[in-house]
Amino acid sequence: MSGPGIVVVGGGIAGQGVVEALRDRDREVPITLICGEPRLPYDRVRLSELLASDEGPDALTLRPEEWFADRDVRVLTDRRVARISLEGRAVELEDGETLAYAQLVLATGSRPLLPPIPGIDLAGVYAFRGPEDCDAIRLAAASPEVCSAAVIGGGLLGLEAARGIVAQGCPVTVVHLMGRVMERQLDAGAAELLLPRLRELGVEVLLERETVAIVGDERVQRVRFRGGKELDADLVVVSIGIRPEASLARETGLRCERGIVVDDEMRTSAPEVIAVGECAEHRGVVYGLVAPILEQAKVAAATLLGRPGGPYRGSVPSARLKVAGIDLVAIGAAEGEGEAISVDAGAGIYRKLVVRDGVAAGAVLLGDVRGSEALLAEIAAAEPVPDPLARLAAAAALGPEDLPDTAQICNCNTVAKGELIAAVTEGGCATPREVMARTRAGTGCGSCRASVIAIVAAATGGLNDEPAYLCACERQTREELAAEIREGGWRSVGEVAQACRTGRECGACKPALAYLVSEVNDNLHREERHARFINDRVHANIQRDGTFSVVPRIHGGVVTPDQLRRIADAADKYKVPMVKVTGGQRIDLLGVRKQDLPAIWRDLGMTSGFAYSKAVRTVKTCVGTDFCRYGLGDSIGLGIEMERAWEGLHTPHKVKSGVSGCPRNCAEATVKDIGVIALEDAWQVRVGGAAGGSVREGDVLCTVQTRAEALRVTTAFLQYYRENAEYKERTYDFVPRVGLDQVREAVLGERSSAALLERLRIAKAATRDPWLERDAPYHPRQFGDLDEALEDEPSLVGPPADGGL
Amino acid sequence: MIRVCGVEDVPLGEGRAVLVGGTRVAVFRAEDGWFALDAACPHRGGPLADGIVARRTVICPLHERRFDLATGQERSSGSYCAAVHRVEVRGQDVYLEAPPDRLDDLTLAASTERSA
Repeated sequence: MSGPGIVVVGGGIAGQGVVEALRDRDREVPITLICGEPRLPYDRVRLSELLASDEGPDALTLRPEEWFADRDVRVLTDRRVARISLEGRAVELEDGETLAYAQLVLATGSRPLLPPIPGIDLAGVYAFRGPEDCDAIRLAAASPEVCSAAVIGGGLLGLEAARGIVAQGCPVTVVHLMGRVMERQLDAGAAELLLPRLRELGVEVLLERETVAIVGDERVQRVRFRGGKELDADLVVVSIGIRPEASLARETGLRCERGIVVDDEMRTSAPEVIAVGECAEHRGVVYGLVAPILEQAKVAAATLLGRPGGPYRGSVPSARLKVAGIDLVAIGAAEGEGEAISVDAGAGIYRKLVVRDGVAAGAVLLGDVRGSEALLAEIAAAEPVPDPLARLAAAAALGPEDLPDTAQICNCNTVAKGELIAAVTEGGCATPREVMARTRAGTGCGSCRASVIAIVAAATGGLNDEPAYLCACERQTREELAAEIREGGWRSVGEVAQACRTGRECGACKPALAYLVSEVNDNLHREERHARFINDRVHANIQRDGTFSVVPRIHGGVVTPDQLRRIADAADKYKVPMVKVTGGQRIDLLGVRKQDLPAIWRDLGMTSGFAYSKAVRTVKTCVGTDFCRYGLGDSIGLGIEMERAWEGLHTPHKVKSGVSGCPRNCAEATVKDIGVIALEDAWQVRVGGAAGGSVREGDVLCTVQTRAEALRVTTAFLQYYRENAEYKERTYDFVPRVGLDQVREAVLGERSSAALLERLRIAKAATRDPWLERDAPYHPRQFGDLDEALEDEPSLVGPPADGGL
Repeated sequence: MIRVCGVEDVPLGEGRAVLVGGTRVAVFRAEDGWFALDAACPHRGGPLADGIVARRTVICPLHERRFDLATGQERSSGSYCAAVHRVEVRGQDVYLEAPPDRLDDLTLAASTERSA
């Protein structure tokens, strides 16, 4: 590359959009992309998803490093422009470097608006704009010191932030100035319908409240409203809107109003400078949605390359969103003179078509967004609508397969149905993932993915399921690898890595592979600890400060005074900072140093509770027949039996069980992975229940007559799950995925269940209490760091001959 | 350089931490060789020595950030960077270049500022 080319300032969706549109049309022109944040361009729209998950910001990266390298795009990250010299045609970076340009693109985006109220600078008050905010909010919401949160602003972003905070287990209240939430996208009817749904999720909403102060000493404690009322909150997220980031343009002397003023070719008042995205103002409008911004990016690229592409005449604002788990499409005007509305309040469905001057002008679809693609096409074309209600009903009947090839499926990246089909028929793509990588459909806000998958499935003749890869780097599924392991007779992770390259590149799948190798070999595998997560190397649960928690096995929650005494003594001796009774009827010693683990286990003299592992955890029991005056069955007896039969077994994900002695169900067996409830002369067995991040009532697998049968059926199910679930797939995802009928066939069928029980017996026989490694460590430095080695002579002790790589 | 341990003190494919010159350093024995980074993850201070090590990367056990062992750079996002330390194996012994004393650094910076 030579000569000054195009310099793009801003690594957001707009800047990346311009780069992509330029490279689609011209492979040669030198391009430099300057990103102010310390990372490659990422999909900011999906930031709220990050908040509700455990993923890192990498998950949102739009294109990997190689993409830029392959296309000769120079990317500077963590660099900011200090000033622009229009005469010199150069930008000066904050670190002093100067870059010459022939043409300049400003895609500086926006910044969050912060109200100038007292207390806005207190610790615990966050804006919600970048991954750093996201990290900080997530951490705060999950921290035990934070009891309740407030989100100021009931717009889309505010509601999404609230949902993310609730997902971290922190109660939250949204405080909104206006009389309805999301007033820009929703009319009163739809906004009204959203409220009960938000409350169901645990998000409280206060309307018509003006926040006048944030109160606290160093950290935020409360927010105060006009009128003096206050709300307790030790975490506050401010999301009241955004302001175009036009300061650089203003200092340079470019014409600005709210944003940088651009013409229909996206040129600013200096013709060689282009502005795109949330920083730009076109015909008095600043667009904040992905689809119009990418439309602008295409026009900008055409202008930059001197080719016909424009003019840009503005966009029909159209947003397809997922708010609080509900699908929402808002197109064009939310209100107008003619409106057709269909509501099913019970189901949370609201559909409205807005008509102005006899033509389609807008739509709001909440809870049921069928036909949105067709309606968008009609609204963009301003088609006449003689009977709006009939039109609305007809649109609902349209699936993605009924749409014309010209219908736009992905709004964010403006991909039409025909392009998706061409990717299959001409591009040779076989899976939705490949089609998405090629067309970029579904990679913006992600809300069209279901449609993309349906269309690709139809085009490929029904191939619907995307394989879940165990090793994403090598694109190997669990089934493929299990077959390889059986065929090759591999006994260790190292052997599989050698033969199939699995897990070698990034290592993320090594624990999954370690489980698979152990499961296929009925636990007669060769253990390699480097493949295990730290918890399974030291048999304790790592905490945020690098210390560990210790939970001894207490079968069925029944404990002896002697055990309690030993636990108390150990807690004293090792100065355990917190002793906590867990939800699984056990006792957790938190904050133990790694090097103290072997000694504390020795003092406890109890076996490992596996609270740190994907393994059989607890069997929670109620008091049952021994003491309870209602008990119908011996729940404690069965619970202890189950726990003894299963302890020490690893599983694809943790398995929490419960046994209740009567239908009052005090052990909450209906929401356990495996639950048993005593009835009059019978035992009901349930599987696939959950009461954590998601709540699901377990499916009734069967009702059996005897306690022995209950033990047999639950044990067979456990083994079926161990053999067939994907790694990290809980039973509550596994059971619905394979279907209850198939589970029943395998677990209740005489021959298949006998085989399951036999394989479990072999696997169980090969387990041993990992806490015995206190006396026979896997490696001399299993629990230690190197500080002692500093003093020592070079060690003569090697790893166990059979155990190393 | 300082001898920190013998080759066999770190299991293949794992890491271990050591305090050297006031800095806690994680020493890794990876498939591609020996590496050393600051022991505290630059994200939230997680113990990198307890991470999962692959050919040339380590994944922090707390929040699964993945770092390049040779450059310390967080992979793909590049949001964070862990300080890299020079490590050398001579025979059966592992040596680490003593990291500059952080306190001295500050004093030096302060005195340079004053003289400037």
